[in-house]
Amino acid sequence: MKTHFRLGLFIFLTPVLLWLLLLIVVPHLELLMMSLQGKDDMGKAVWTFANYRHFFVEKIYWYTFVRTALYAITVTVLTFCVTFPVAFYITKVVSPKFSGFLTILLLMPFWVSELVRVYGWMILLRESGVINHLLVSSGLMDSPVEMLYNDISMLMGLVYTSMLFMVVPLISALEGMDDSLIEAAHDLGASPLTIFFRIIIPYAAPGITSGSIVVFMLALGNYLTPKLMGGKNSLWFTEQIYNEFIASFNWNQGAAFGFLLLALSSVIIWFGLKLSRQELGRALS
Amino acid sequence: MIRTLPQPRSYSTSFTCYIILFYVFLFAPLVITCILAFNDSNFPSLPWKGFSLDWFLADGPDRIGLFHDRSNLTSIWVSAKTAFWVSILSVTVGTMGAFLFEQEEFRGKQALYFLALTPLVIPGVILGISLLLTANSLGIFFEDRFGLDIELLRPSFWLVVLGQFSFIATFVLLVVSARLKKFDASLEEAALNLGATRRQVIRHITLPFLRPALVGSGAVAFLMSFENFNTTLFLVGSETTLPINLYLQVRDGSTPIINAVSFLLIVSTSTLAVINLIVSKRGEGK
Repeated sequence: MKTHFRLGLFIFLTPVLLWLLLLIVVPHLELLMMSLQGKDDMGKAVWTFANYRHFFVEKIYWYTFVRTALYAITVTVLTFCVTFPVAFYITKVVSPKFSGFLTILLLMPFWVSELVRVYGWMILLRESGVINHLLVSSGLMDSPVEMLYNDISMLMGLVYTSMLFMVVPLISALEGMDDSLIEAAHDLGASPLTIFFRIIIPYAAPGITSGSIVVFMLALGNYLTPKLMGGKNSLWFTEQIYNEFIASFNWNQGAAFGFLLLALSSVIIWFGLKLSRQELGRALS
Repeated sequence: MIRTLPQPRSYSTSFTCYIILFYVFLFAPLVITCILAFNDSNFPSLPWKGFSLDWFLADGPDRIGLFHDRSNLTSIWVSAKTAFWVSILSVTVGTMGAFLFEQEEFRGKQALYFLALTPLVIPGVILGISLLLTANSLGIFFEDRFGLDIELLRPSFWLVVLGQFSFIATFVLLVVSARLKKFDASLEEAALNLGATRRQVIRHITLPFLRPALVGSGAVAFLMSFENFNTTLFLVGSETTLPINLYLQVRDGSTPIINAVSFLLIVSTSTLAVINLIVSKRGEGK
């Protein structure tokens, strides 16, 4: 019996170890090592901090990094504000007859590729786009305006593409909530605001944390939406990484940028988990 | 506040309005994309010039429809192949992982479990570049040492499959683990007591119980792979997948052929989503 047990362990452990070591651990060590290497004047590979120094000295890199982080946080907060009423409506307000249908309808667009969704917004918002055409032909506006390629359209696009990852955990958190908690508070004379901040928000906190972590990470690592919907002057940090890798072919510098992005996202996720006293496993599932 | 409590009319009206606006916001880009796929115009924009199937069926010389467009058709095929292999690999390894973490005890289990979850919180771009760097270094190593040129280690089809598999397996692991947690261990014990081997138990009892989770996570893994952009961007070789190919077209200016591809994607993924939903509903009912 004992040997049987160990054999099972071996069979299950081997592929999992291979997967995690070869595709996750080793590549990220390699990323760290590459970021600490450079070429000296003779063109030989040497260990150096130059790539990181470069990041801190050149203002543009710094600026993009901080901007990306702040915008990703903004996207997370906005996504929460937009989707919370929807999650609340579906779970608590609308008649249960419709809530299943509304949920399915809510999930539908997110099965479609992000690229298609961003493309949809592009043909809606651009100067020759559908919204401009409707506004001009109805006489509300004299000439079309460019609504795409600015920070607002980019933020909207990011919120749009990441809403699902906020709304699903919110719905499952609120679904588990007993309505009588709200009823009791109401009967005891609590105002809606008090009920919201003292009962609903604390109850939904685990859902809010998991949603925020995923949304933040996806916004931070997004490449498509900032590239296609953002302005020419508003770089996203992933675009810097792409430029170093594909355009300048400076892989050591790109690796340093990649490692900084990884560090940033890990720190903020860790911080979010600590703040809400949750574990990664619980937050993800 | 909620449906069981009395509420002022203004509250429920404004709430309903917000929800309607939200759903319009949600569907507007997709609906417009679909409609403009059938517009008889050379640009994906209004005004409406009449219904046309040109962007699907036309065979030149002015317009080339999707079904005659070699590059888009090829990339759809490449994406489907990629997604097929990714979902097979992910479901296999993810399920093994679920068994490992749910049913086995060993030292360092917590640490390994934590490690197995991290791929989902590592930005896809980082997964892509770190795998690219490693494959490249290995390729140089093999070439210098042994004079071998290994296809797999250059940006190529299989590197894309590995890159996508590295995080989709975590997703499968979570879904299958959740199902395995609900499994009644006494069923297994009964079978073991009656003399079944562990292999027989897994094959005849545990796997049939897991089937809805396996099918469901396999379908989602297929979709995740089919639509992946961030990781693929850095690993793709000469065989471009559909999202990459579409991205290049959108970046360089758009024709309604992109709408035609989008229309097909929207229709087929929605169908798949509905089927998946029905299957998983039925699985839960058991």
